[in-house]
Amino acid sequence: MHQVRGIATFVIMALLATAPVLAYLGGAIFWIDIATRLVILAIAAVSLNLLLGFAGLASFGHAAFLGIGAYAVGIPVYHETYGGLDWLASYSGWVHLAVGVGGAALFALVTGAVSLRTKGVHFIMITMAFSQMMYYALVSLQDYGADDGLSIDLRSEFTGLNLDDPLTLYAVCYGSLLLVIFLSWRIVNSRFGQVLVAAKSNEERVRALGINTYRYQLVAYVISGAICGFAGVLMANYTVFISPSMLEWSRSGELIFMVVLGGAAFLFGPVFGAIVFILLEFYLSRFTIYWHLPFGLLLIASVLFIKGGLSGLLTFSRAGTPGASVAGNPKE
Amino acid sequence: MDSAILITQAINGLQLGILLFLLASGLTLTFGIMDLINLSHASFYMLGAFFCASLTLITGSFFLSVLLALLATGLVAFFVETSLIRRLYHREHLDQLLATFGLLLCFDTLVHIFWGPAGIVMPLPAWLNGQVGLGGVVLPIYRLIIIGAGLLVALLLYWLVAHTRTGMLIRAGASNRVMASALGVDIKMLFCGVFVLGSVFAGLAGMLIAPITEASIGMGNDIIITAFVVVIIGGIGSIKGAFLGAVLIGMIDTMGRAYLDTLFALFMSSNAAETAAPAISAMLIYLLMAVLLVVRPQGLFPPRLR
Amino acid sequence: MLNTRALHKEFGGVTATDRVDLQVTSGELHALIGPNGAGKTTLISMLSGMLKPDSGSIFFDNQDITGLPAHVLPGLGLARSFQITSVFTELCVLDNIALAIQAAAGHSFRFWTNARKDKTLRQPARQYADRVGLLPRCDDTVSNLSHGERRQLEIAMALATQPRMLLLDEPMAGMGPEESREMGELLKTLKGDKTILMVEHDMDTVFSLADRISVLVYGKIIATGSTEEIRANPDVQRAYLGTAADA
Repeated sequence: MHQVRGIATFVIMALLATAPVLAYLGGAIFWIDIATRLVILAIAAVSLNLLLGFAGLASFGHAAFLGIGAYAVGIPVYHETYGGLDWLASYSGWVHLAVGVGGAALFALVTGAVSLRTKGVHFIMITMAFSQMMYYALVSLQDYGADDGLSIDLRSEFTGLNLDDPLTLYAVCYGSLLLVIFLSWRIVNSRFGQVLVAAKSNEERVRALGINTYRYQLVAYVISGAICGFAGVLMANYTVFISPSMLEWSRSGELIFMVVLGGAAFLFGPVFGAIVFILLEFYLSRFTIYWHLPFGLLLIASVLFIKGGLSGLLTFSRAGTPGASVAGNPKE
Repeated sequence: MDSAILITQAINGLQLGILLFLLASGLTLTFGIMDLINLSHASFYMLGAFFCASLTLITGSFFLSVLLALLATGLVAFFVETSLIRRLYHREHLDQLLATFGLLLCFDTLVHIFWGPAGIVMPLPAWLNGQVGLGGVVLPIYRLIIIGAGLLVALLLYWLVAHTRTGMLIRAGASNRVMASALGVDIKMLFCGVFVLGSVFAGLAGMLIAPITEASIGMGNDIIITAFVVVIIGGIGSIKGAFLGAVLIGMIDTMGRAYLDTLFALFMSSNAAETAAPAISAMLIYLLMAVLLVVRPQGLFPPRLR
Repeated sequence: MLNTRALHKEFGGVTATDRVDLQVTSGELHALIGPNGAGKTTLISMLSGMLKPDSGSIFFDNQDITGLPAHVLPGLGLARSFQITSVFTELCVLDNIALAIQAAAGHSFRFWTNARKDKTLRQPARQYADRVGLLPRCDDTVSNLSHGERRQLEIAMALATQPRMLLLDEPMAGMGPEESREMGELLKTLKGDKTILMVEHDMDTVFSLADRISVLVYGKIIATGSTEEIRANPDVQRAYLGTAADA
């Protein structure tokens, strides 16, 4: 049944690559907009899946990394335009990437070092709290618009790439998604990934083999945060606007929703989850301004009635897939 | 440093601490006893505020409204527990998070539908709106009322857990679910009762703060995370920890916002201090949490038998 | 090779390990027996670094290892198998063994190469699988293995960390007679090669395999000696053999 999932994945990825572009060329500009957001969120969700799906670490603070990546575009551009902080001011996309990915990795290193000392519910709440800390820190920054956020005057500059062009931006984002999935695939199947997957299933046993799981989980946390920071850089180039609301914990909740809905421990799962989320948001919000009500009900229903996520529905047997159960921390 | 301002700030900090305690007590009980992580706790804070604000506008009586709103919040909690929450106790924490997150979105939207997008202001009776002078410091009566109410709840909880049969059951449940079953305790009833009680306290916190801030959609969504921090610091399942943690967090947060710039100005330019202080004070309680976790990963008062 | 000195552990006032002095000499197969609840698993857990003792000390090769975290000990040459089988059920047999080999190889911070195609992992993994008789089941997912086969896998994983000493927590637990016999044969092949401390309920196995036996009752070691000495010891008969014929 792996073929069924494989074919479905291929068809969906191909549709995702072509449909928005065709719609755009045909005059329906709006779909590429939606698709860009979808693909960026999918990158963030893939980064979260590395932790949640493969390492079994339920981080509830990934919005912080998205936010850091986004502010890493907004702040240098702001200073390049209006002066101040010369060492940081820049329009260059490479600077934005370095600051965004590096900043997110650093934040992950520091907060991960503390959160990973704990397990289960503690871990969930602490990652949430650290994300909230970042949120409040940004709210307190009057220079960058505090609560109201900040418009970004110019998109990141890369030689030979014009991100102002929706097609180019989409191509970059889509290419990035493929790259990130490829990267995750290599990581998951590497020696490093094997340690993570095994520790998800039985951490004490891995330690008894002589492996200090903490260090591996911390590195995984940093990698995941860095990738999510990268998604944040793209996000800022898409929205051309940054605000602390990008870091609200409900954003982290939505990312978790995408990962779980897509079926944890499947590399393309988060992409499916992101598609479902974006389409739900789009159609429900078109239907009613109260779209969070049916969305919330759906969330409750999917928890109560679906096990293993959507990609689990695409396959009959999940044996052979590492860590087939929905991640989290088993009780007792 | 002006001592009158210092006292005022201390009162503000205490008041924030009390509100946090009202929220955190329910969270820590549901965590400790039912092993449930409940994001929708924030909704009961909001519901309490909206119920009470509306009822005050209708009845004109503050106290009657508080009583009725407590009852209404409890009824909603009862309905939610029996229809959804009790199916979640044995689920993975991630499932609990997602389902209660969905519940929170539902409540936010329902409040939007019933009360509209804007918040509602809750009037205070004149006699509560006054101020008292205490040794040269002028304090708003209402803030003192909040503190008093919170302390009352804390005492009530302490008495409940330490000296009543129900409390014994709660502690029995907290340490060993199976044993409580074997003793013939109706676990379903007990869990339901704990959930409703916790939600009612959250509602009370919302009611108490509404006259100061107004009732608004999603008003609980930020403070709930702070309440999580309190639970982590205090130790999951510990009422004592929740109380001390809440007061500590309330004080540090308030004092940090009030005095950190002054403190920073001692060793950096006042300009730099004015930039750095707000950011640091916003992060202060989380930094405190981080430091504490490094020293004591299980919180200040870890439950004994878990 | 492994010595404890006045090792002590209490849980909420109940003494689980009562000032235990245990000596395992190099090269022997030392069995630890005792009735249910005697504190055997607690003792093994402390020896393998999973539990911290309240007081007392543990020496491995004359090095004080008291309180060292569990993940350090395999690097020193002390490996453990578990009572409740805790191999990674979603992975295949070779993956499980390969993980143990990874652990012995030092760090696993290799992010790019596919570990499942890594010859330096797969080939030795096959050898260890062969050693415990699991070669035919190499590529099977562990969830499809029988209970006995999982226990064999446990041993293979412990061996793959290249230990000088093995702590085996009830290697025969839950096995049928045929499986027990096979496991007995396997243990015989290990005997002499590795120093082994084995907790076991199965008396036939213990008395046929062990060089020396220690008897643990209520957290206390009441006797240590050869199989004959233990058989003849009146304390042991009273406290254990006489009353727990089913053990």
